[in-house]
Amino acid sequence: MSSTEIRLSGSGGQGLLLCGIILAEAAILDGKNAVQTQSYGPEARGGASKSEVIISDGDIYYPKVRKPDIFLALTQEAYDKYVGSISKEGIIIADQSVEVSDVKCAKIYCLPILDTAKNDVGRIMVANIVALGTINEITSLVSPEALERAVLNRVPKGTEELNRKALVAGKEICNNK
Amino acid sequence: MTNNQAKLMQGNEACLEGAIAAGMRFFAGYPITPSTEIAEGASERLPMVGGKFIQMEDEIGSMAAVIGASLAGLKAMTATSGPGMSLKLENIGYASLTEIPCVIVNVQRGGPSTGLPTSPAQADIMQARWGAHGDHPSIVLYPASVSEAYSVTVTAFNLAEKYRMPVILLMDEVMGHMRERVVLPDAKDLQIVNREKASVPPEEYLPYKADPDGGVPEMPAFGEGYRYHVTGLIHSENGFPTTDAKKTATLLNRLMKKIDNNLDDIVKYQEDSLDDAKIVLIAYGSTARSAKSAMDMAREQGIPVGLFRPITIWPFAEDKVKEIAGKAEKIIVPEMNLGQYRSEIERAVAGKCEVIGINRADGEIITPEDIYEKIKGVL
Repeated sequence: MSSTEIRLSGSGGQGLLLCGIILAEAAILDGKNAVQTQSYGPEARGGASKSEVIISDGDIYYPKVRKPDIFLALTQEAYDKYVGSISKEGIIIADQSVEVSDVKCAKIYCLPILDTAKNDVGRIMVANIVALGTINEITSLVSPEALERAVLNRVPKGTEELNRKALVAGKEICNNK
Repeated sequence: MTNNQAKLMQGNEACLEGAIAAGMRFFAGYPITPSTEIAEGASERLPMVGGKFIQMEDEIGSMAAVIGASLAGLKAMTATSGPGMSLKLENIGYASLTEIPCVIVNVQRGGPSTGLPTSPAQADIMQARWGAHGDHPSIVLYPASVSEAYSVTVTAFNLAEKYRMPVILLMDEVMGHMRERVVLPDAKDLQIVNREKASVPPEEYLPYKADPDGGVPEMPAFGEGYRYHVTGLIHSENGFPTTDAKKTATLLNRLMKKIDNNLDDIVKYQEDSLDDAKIVLIAYGSTARSAKSAMDMAREQGIPVGLFRPITIWPFAEDKVKEIAGKAEKIIVPEMNLGQYRSEIERAVAGKCEVIGINRADGEIITPEDIYEKIKGVL
């Protein structure tokens, strides 16, 4: 029974909770099982925040991520706080502003996720969607069709084009590297 | 697993949808983490189904409004967390004695006092049983999945209506905020219980007339022409206060027997791999999920572990726990408190087997590894 644990981390307000929800919904659209949990402090903005998703072909009991197979870090604080438990076969995807440490894992990608959202797509607030495009391009976690549908199901009306663009931009930064 | 109706849903959201499916048409509350999504959702959803939502000035007022709405004939609910629960207790006791059906959701967070607002705990287990003063019956339920947050909320309303009493639904921060794939049942397939209305004309109606052996009085709604008195004082069949010792004893006895005579109907639980189990885990709510994972880990290593998961926390599944104690060598009770349910289990087990706790009250969830290590340690 295959099961993938994903930890999405950054600063409160970067939309990582939504990022996790979309990923879990995309997995369900693909016919898989998914659980999403979060951890946050009392503050609404700032601080290190994380959203976790488990995708599996079978039942999921313990809902929290123990050893992430995929770890996203958009800020240094979140990276430092949550990188510790990464799986030895795990993949780290960090924003290029993050100084990555020497950890045992399969692969580390440092990519301009925040810059791409801000400069290429034009809105820093879509960094979470850019990250989704990046994650899925690297890991093929869910089908691209399900991911796009899940994004469009969740984003506010009138922002569909912007978010579609963010998803494509996220995908492309992997290929430009 | 593909199903068109499968969707991702949050525990708090499923609880609210279950309540609406059960017929809840009134919600009064005062928002508090980690229960806020229930109130927020109710403010949006209730007007769509002809219901009413009120944000009250505080938790005491919320509970009072819920009682009033129920007397007026609506199925009513409130949702809170520990600090709010403490405030609601006075009126929960009132609803117990006056036999007013309602559902109170407590999504537990770390305590005591304002404690750890965003962290899970299961430390209101004893408060749920004995928080309100005086001898009184309790029904307390605790789901362990998002799907159950829906179905157990329906059960909470059914039991509240059937036995005319407040029912407490416990969750915890993990249960409330977790999102999970669910396929909800069709509303038309649900079994819904409604309170018994008056079978006699208003002039013959006695509001608290019932079989002394656990009978449930009939309950017409205020506004339907039945005028009666409701008081938190001990009352006789006509609803007016009394200090008569015999009438007092009859009333309290009837209230307790509503529950004691119907344990088979009220006490719900899940048994998993108990037949050959030498070690039995007893766990509830989100901790039961860790216990299930730990059980699977142990079984893979050939260790005969079983899981008993109470869904009804109170009344306590005493007979079942005694039966387990007669067969198992050890009982392990993981819970996010310092041993509240374990003490009740130890009372029932009465030394027939060893009872071991795994306890955390630091805002962190108990992991499958914590439980698995304990299993190996006691082998």
